[in-house]
Amino acid sequence: MAKANNVITFSDEQAMVLQSARDFCADKSPVTAVRALLPGNTGYSDDVWQEMVALGWLGIALPEQYGGSGLGFGSVVPLAESMGRGLLSTPFFSTTLAAQAILRAGESQQKDTWLPRLAEGTTATLALLDNEDWGAPDTTCTATVAGSEITLQGTKWYVPDAAVAQLFVVHASLDGESALVLVERAQLADSALQSQTLIDETKRACKVDFSGVSVSADAVMRGPLAASALRDIHLLGALLVAAEAAGSAAACLDVVVDYLKTRKQFGRLIGSYQGLKHPTVEILTAMDSARCHVYHAASVIGDEALSEDAEVACRMSKAQATDAITFAGDRAIQFHGGMGFTYECDAQLYMRRAQWVQQQFGDAYHHRKRLAALLLD
Amino acid sequence: MSEVSEQELGEFRAEVSAWMKDNKPADPGFLLPQTFMEVGSEQVLEFLREWQHKIWSAGYLGMAWPKEYGGQAVAPIYQRIADQEMKRHAVPICFNVIGLSWTGPLINDIGTEAEKQKYLKGILNAEDVWCQGFSEPDHGSDLGNAQCRAVRDGDDYVVNGTKIWTTMGNYAKYMILLARTSTQGARKYDGLSFFLAPMDVAGIDPRPIQKMTGEYGFCETFFTDARIPADCIMGEEGQGWRIAMQTLQYERGAEAGAAGGLMVVRTVMEDLIKDLRGLKRDGEPLLKDPLVRDRLVQLLMEEKAISLGERRQAHSALNTDYPFSLALSGKLRSSEFAREMRQYAVALQGAQGSLYVGDDDAISGGFWQRAYFNNFATTIGGGTSQVQANIIGERVLGLPKD
Ligand SMILES: Cc1cc2nc3c(=O)[nH]c(=O)nc-3n(C[C@H](O)[C@H](O)[C@H](O)COP(=O)(O)OP(=O)(O)OC[C@H]3O[C@@H](n4cnc5c(N)ncnc54)[C@H](O)[C@@H]3O)c2cc1C
Repeated sequence: MAKANNVITFSDEQAMVLQSARDFCADKSPVTAVRALLPGNTGYSDDVWQEMVALGWLGIALPEQYGGSGLGFGSVVPLAESMGRGLLSTPFFSTTLAAQAILRAGESQQKDTWLPRLAEGTTATLALLDNEDWGAPDTTCTATVAGSEITLQGTKWYVPDAAVAQLFVVHASLDGESALVLVERAQLADSALQSQTLIDETKRACKVDFSGVSVSADAVMRGPLAASALRDIHLLGALLVAAEAAGSAAACLDVVVDYLKTRKQFGRLIGSYQGLKHPTVEILTAMDSARCHVYHAASVIGDEALSEDAEVACRMSKAQATDAITFAGDRAIQFHGGMGFTYECDAQLYMRRAQWVQQQFGDAYHHRKRLAALLLD
Repeated sequence: MSEVSEQELGEFRAEVSAWMKDNKPADPGFLLPQTFMEVGSEQVLEFLREWQHKIWSAGYLGMAWPKEYGGQAVAPIYQRIADQEMKRHAVPICFNVIGLSWTGPLINDIGTEAEKQKYLKGILNAEDVWCQGFSEPDHGSDLGNAQCRAVRDGDDYVVNGTKIWTTMGNYAKYMILLARTSTQGARKYDGLSFFLAPMDVAGIDPRPIQKMTGEYGFCETFFTDARIPADCIMGEEGQGWRIAMQTLQYERGAEAGAAGGLMVVRTVMEDLIKDLRGLKRDGEPLLKDPLVRDRLVQLLMEEKAISLGERRQAHSALNTDYPFSLALSGKLRSSEFAREMRQYAVALQGAQGSLYVGDDDAISGGFWQRAYFNNFATTIGGGTSQVQANIIGERVLGLPKD
């Protein structure tokens, strides 16, 4: 590693965002509310979503000229952490990342058209994966030009919040290079969307078949800017999931600590046994590490193409947060005994969250492999 | 203290850097210690004493301490910069750590004016070496049960008992001593008192113990009717436990106030990776092996997280869940990280990992082998990792006691 850059900057503005996000998520997303939403179709409360929009959170990372508040992507991190802590799922993440794709790759007319709408709560999402492989070198989804139209061919998997998204940013291959194609919901038949059953019941995703969908040529983002934006949104996505996971791990730790302080066996509180106490401390330190990486990443990313430092920080965040929450979720079940194996026990919510987190934007090994190339070669 | 400009700090850094470059001692031809716990001969002691004195004379030690006690009363950031430069230039350590980092801050914080006058300057200029008499053969982790007795007799306390693992006990002029002045009281902690005790009185006999590395560095210290002047007591009789706990906070890095100086030689992933670069495994460069790469990245991540933790502590808004988590887990985190990293550093060397200090072919003179062994000083000394995990579980997470 050349020059270790270890800054954490955190402005008063960000501190305020963090505090209000925390309060909001604690208020709107107690675990009873989380559970009430699990069986629903959309998986979220539209009222809560509208309040988030009204608070300006969808525009927090967007420049003021597009109706945002210009605080930068780093300010999304404390929001994501708070949402993770409350297991509060909404189309916030998918919309925020789709907006970043347009901000980073779009022509000015595309930005002018879409970013103000996304800042005002029009929902959007990214359609990236063709299969299970986050490390695929390219996509099998193609875009073919015919006159002033572009026609897509291919199916995307695991498209988050697809059922409610008004806009899809689709990664497709156009003349052999990566492009991002903007597809509106109205351009898709209902049958194009097939909902998937996710391991984390707070989340929603669909398989989306874009085959035969035609859009006008000005709905395409291509060239070096698109390639660079594609790389960046993978990294920003990894960072957001990491921040969300750090919050979920903190909440999971609270659940574990609560039980260890109340459950008695052999006449003693079980938290007095080191067999439980010490691994619980490990959850704490793993979560602390995840937060350190996440806050650092938030400090080194900007609106421009991500630097190598920022790439290292995003990848470390995702790798560490994945390890922290998978360990926390797993131990949370075990430390609740038989109770932990029930649907009623909240430990399962975090266990499921952990398995979901692990597979978003690449697992821990995916990122460590890429870090090795950055740090060891 | 007023704000210091970036420019001033930059100039200061350049000044220290230049000084370190010019004054870094040449290889003395004998093995220098990696930490203050490995000062095993007079030769090493005198070398380090001279080096620390030189750094202090140059104005790069105890910078934030008050002027009248040998410091310069400048903002702590100056000392941090000086420390960073010492690390960067890989100069020898400032060895008088028990004075510089634990006893000094303790005296600065709760000592009397007379104690400050008497002790602080000697700590900085290395004239007075300090040792710590807490642990006993039968009471290590269970320090509150310490049984070494101090009985008041006229103007003295008469001390009888045994302390052990006394780092630099054979070279020290003073000892911070935890002894029992009373056997009454409901709790084991009652009746303990804290002394700033002279070592040069009759009846104190520190006997060096050889360590697993073959080096020396600590002693078993026997007290037989040793007479310590009564005014050496710190605070009052019965306050010993509280003062000892405060001392341990400095020792574990959870409390500010240390004089500064490089306490351990630089042992970082960057240097390890350099040392590994030429090595082979299966006929290929070691650093191309996917499993090795993965593990090294994990260690790099942990190294970075620990260092970021120090940055994060500066933002209270980022530490609202468990406000003492980072401060109280620092010792456990960094000592256990170092253990894993150093153990792996030896494991990765192939057959070269079987060589030891003294063999000309050993990688970096056997630095990693020795560093791994000596690292147990940090996972055992100052409260073992297991005891640290208890403390974090109980004090940070609020879990019930064992
Ligand atoms: C290099 C070195 C230098 C030192 N220098 C000094 C010095 O200058 N002055 C000084 O006073 N002391 C010094 N020490 C002593 C050090 O503080 C003690 O070794 C330490 O506190 C542990 O005590 P012990 O050795 O009696 O081990 P024990 O307390 O007997 O521990 C044995 C094992 O039991 C475990 N254990 C004990 N209690 C518990 C518990 N409640 N829960 C879980 N596990 C437990 C420990 O973790 C350890 O693994 C030094 C030690 C070393 C290694």
